[in-house]
Amino acid sequence: MKNPHELFEKNVGLLTICVLIAISFGAMAQILPLMFQQQVLEPVKGLKPYTALQMEGRDIYIREGCVGCHSQMIRPFRSETERYGHYSVAGESVWERPFLWGSKRTGPDLARVGGRYSDEWHRVHLINPRNVVPESNMPGYPWLAENVLTGETIARRLEVNKMLGVPYTEEDIAGAKEAVQGKTEMEALIAYLQTLGTYLQ
Amino acid sequence: MTMFWTIWISVITLGTIAGCWWLLRWTLANKTGVPEGEKLDHEFDGIVEINNQLPKWWTNMFYITMVWGVLYLIAYPGLGSYKGLLGWESSNQDVRSVAEYEAELAKDIAEGNLNEFANSIRLAQEKFDPIFEEYAKTPVEELALNEEAVNVGKRLFLQNCAQCHGSDARGQRGGFPNLTDNDWLYGGSGAKIKETLINGRIGAMPGWLAPFGEQGIKEVVAYTLSLSGREVDSALSTAGKARFMACAACHGMDGKGNQMIGAPNLTDNIWLYGGSERAVTETLNYGRNGVMPAFNETLGENKVHVVAAYVFSLSQ
Repeated sequence: MKNPHELFEKNVGLLTICVLIAISFGAMAQILPLMFQQQVLEPVKGLKPYTALQMEGRDIYIREGCVGCHSQMIRPFRSETERYGHYSVAGESVWERPFLWGSKRTGPDLARVGGRYSDEWHRVHLINPRNVVPESNMPGYPWLAENVLTGETIARRLEVNKMLGVPYTEEDIAGAKEAVQGKTEMEALIAYLQTLGTYLQ
Repeated sequence: MTMFWTIWISVITLGTIAGCWWLLRWTLANKTGVPEGEKLDHEFDGIVEINNQLPKWWTNMFYITMVWGVLYLIAYPGLGSYKGLLGWESSNQDVRSVAEYEAELAKDIAEGNLNEFANSIRLAQEKFDPIFEEYAKTPVEELALNEEAVNVGKRLFLQNCAQCHGSDARGQRGGFPNLTDNDWLYGGSGAKIKETLINGRIGAMPGWLAPFGEQGIKEVVAYTLSLSGREVDSALSTAGKARFMACAACHGMDGKGNQMIGAPNLTDNIWLYGGSERAVTETLNYGRNGVMPAFNETLGENKVHVVAAYVFSLSQ
């Protein structure tokens, strides 16, 4: 053939396959080995799985798109650790599926927001952030205080996490529905926020 | 990292660089059978391709990039467990507790390791620690007169406290106290402000709807409002006064509160949760729970001292 590159130019399938192979070198060197490292598999001392209520809160966090404006990843720079606390380490995220590190900070990082504010502050703030922070451009989420959890699927969600290696006990799963039933989404989200970053001690 | 993964990463990484080198050399050779500068047998909608060499500036940049990559991999960690000639590290990522982190940090600083994060902490310690230590020697009340210290405290306040107390420290509706009015729940001395910052505070007012009943609440609300000189129905207020015995345990017989337990003064017309009849009724019906988080871990004692000086200065 006079023009060997025509082989790729006129055959999109072949081009796609070769591009994927080329990209996979990066993934094989950077991502694959990491999956087998102690550093990302061993939890920090004292890490606890989310309770049923916190797990509901986490799913609400995902549903409401909080991750679009809030990262959960404190980088190891002094300018960040002075503001947010200890930099995030891999051992804190071993049970996060999917992780919510995010990459956008319209609002502040939330990796260590747990315990930073009172539950009441969170409640007021989530209903209308400007009630406590007049400069805030965060939207309000008043419906969270009205929506009540049924707990229909929470046991199943914990089971899936258990299957993936999160140490939930049989009691955790059996009591999950009861633990969240009747609670508001607001309570669940606050329970989740108050636990963020509190296990690295 | 095990030997297997080190080899795996090294082979793929170095192999990719070598592969790029080979690909570039291979592509540079003319394999089309068409002399350079002539048309290739290759046409779309009248657009033709001419057999040109790859531009020199481009190929040279490609070579430089590859050489740079190899030099980088020699100097910096990139090949599995190989640490690089410089011994550079961004931070200690492999820590499992704060104690482990502190041990590693102290080691890096003592040994002068090329750890980016440890270095930034060391520089900050050298620069700022003596300043904060100097501030810590001065009592809060006196430090509040030091303009520089107060400005440092203000920065820390805006960063850590303004979310609840407001950037002007005048508080917010719904239980976030104004810090500028010299009315204190737990005491306004330097030592008390520091105590509040270090340990945090938990204020709890129980709900009285069950013991008092709706009518009882109405009476107590009337009496409570009368304490700060509001005009109320005197019959209700008199009945409320009898019930106030229960409230006096925390707020005192005269309603002036008790700073030991953070029970607010009810006679000064300053209201943490609102002073309207409706707000006071709500407070009495269902109670209130106030939480001031502890800041010792976040700020450390020396910075707490400076924040306390700023807060103290606000009401002077």
